[in-house]
Amino acid sequence: MGMLEKALEGGKFGVTVEMAPPKGYDFKEQMEAAELLKGKVHGVNVTDMQSACLKASSLGLCIKLKEAGLEPIIQVTGRDRSRMGIMGDMLSAAAFGIDTMLALTGDHPTVGDCSQSKPVYDLDSVGILHMLSVMEATGTDCGGNELEGGAPEFYKGAAVTPVYEPLFLQINKLRQKVEAGARYIQTQGIFDLESFKRFMDEVDKANIKTHIMAGIIPLKAAGMAKYMNENVPGIAVPQDMIDRLAAAAAEGKEKGVKGLPTQLGIEMAAEMIAKIKDEGLCDGVHIMAIGAEKNVPKILEKAGISID
Amino acid sequence: MIITQKKPIDELMAMLGDAKKIAILGCGSCATACATGGEKEIGELKAYLESKGKTVVATGMADYCCMNMGVKTAMKKLNAAGPDAVVCMSCGDGVQVAANHAAAPVYPSNNTMFLGEAVKFGLFEEACHLCGDCVLGTTGGICPISRCAKSLVNGPCGGQKNGKCEVNPENDCAWILIYKRLESLGMLDKLAQRRPDKGYEKVSYPRTINIRGNK
Repeated sequence: MGMLEKALEGGKFGVTVEMAPPKGYDFKEQMEAAELLKGKVHGVNVTDMQSACLKASSLGLCIKLKEAGLEPIIQVTGRDRSRMGIMGDMLSAAAFGIDTMLALTGDHPTVGDCSQSKPVYDLDSVGILHMLSVMEATGTDCGGNELEGGAPEFYKGAAVTPVYEPLFLQINKLRQKVEAGARYIQTQGIFDLESFKRFMDEVDKANIKTHIMAGIIPLKAAGMAKYMNENVPGIAVPQDMIDRLAAAAAEGKEKGVKGLPTQLGIEMAAEMIAKIKDEGLCDGVHIMAIGAEKNVPKILEKAGISID
Repeated sequence: MIITQKKPIDELMAMLGDAKKIAILGCGSCATACATGGEKEIGELKAYLESKGKTVVATGMADYCCMNMGVKTAMKKLNAAGPDAVVCMSCGDGVQVAANHAAAPVYPSNNTMFLGEAVKFGLFEEACHLCGDCVLGTTGGICPISRCAKSLVNGPCGGQKNGKCEVNPENDCAWILIYKRLESLGMLDKLAQRRPDKGYEKVSYPRTINIRGNK
């Protein structure tokens, strides 16, 4: 049983962090960040060509992380691989001891940097989860043929966007994901706890039983927040956060100090995590530092989170 | 209806090369409606080819270029004029049927774009992917296979913004359209269940359907 499963199913506050493989084959930066994260998180989500931009595959970095003593979570989208491609990769992942996964639909190639690539979408996120659940229950592959030596088991997760109109569609699909085998759910980045609470109420009302981990994106600058508000679906950074970041930048300029907005972003993220945990709003957090994974230990420390 | 679009004329001219005597075959159905292969377009192409020094030795029109018998008859007339090349102004299927009956090489003047509807004259929208296993009965008559850029069958991805698709912000999110339609019909319960995976065996091509009982 992996660390994340043990934590969440054991009623502990789960902590995961996101990491992207490089656009290339030198994994040094990722492995350095991994060293800092060791013992501080229950799992490291490795993205599957996030934003449809070409990177080294998730499986490769997952193997590297596993070898380095971390607990990788393999993200799997339906964008580039058919059911056969996905299942083949999952069998290989299992052979390397990778036992936690997260299913996603995947951003469309046209929004990424290899827009000529053929979109596959043989299975959507629900379909991927269902396929793996059937594999585990029956010991058969995606064609119904027996797997030699039985099927591996994965702790399966999925994602949800809490800020969504109409929310009915997200809740409805969330239920389908859970019914298809998702035991934990990571949300899109949240910035406003009141709207997150409303989302959690809807999940409760729909009687969906799963472990929800709130997505945390440490902001680095007012510009980053504005950009995400305009371009990233499901992201809504409140204006007062943007104003505070802008004020920090102005203060830094005046005093000749660099990095004040980043520092503020770290503090705001830590504050939010602490509140989520103290108020018991959900079962854990998933931190998406977008290239600044080295800041995650500091965020967790400030939030008073340790995973022991 | 099969929606076609004219190829750039230079591409057609390059295909024709130094062929001098040209025959033109139009299509009386979809390509006429798309203004890519009707009487008017045949006349325009004829005038253009002649302005470029070609001789148009014959023109013809099949009611449906996708129907073997009608095309056979139309091509007989064109073949009799002894063309060096035939231009077929239909969809890709019509071009292939014409090529089966032509005594000279057949070239397409159109690109075949999609199966869809004429929303109004001159405006065509894609609406069916010929998936072989229609789901419209559970989606309020709106097709997620063709109108969702990812062909998602269990609801939307997280990529819509203000009801518009992440792939092309001019397009509505199909799943929000489906939601609104089902809500207005009082049938939102249709969305509750995961759709059984229909797989892709039914779209393994080329497909043949025979309702004759013999060949």
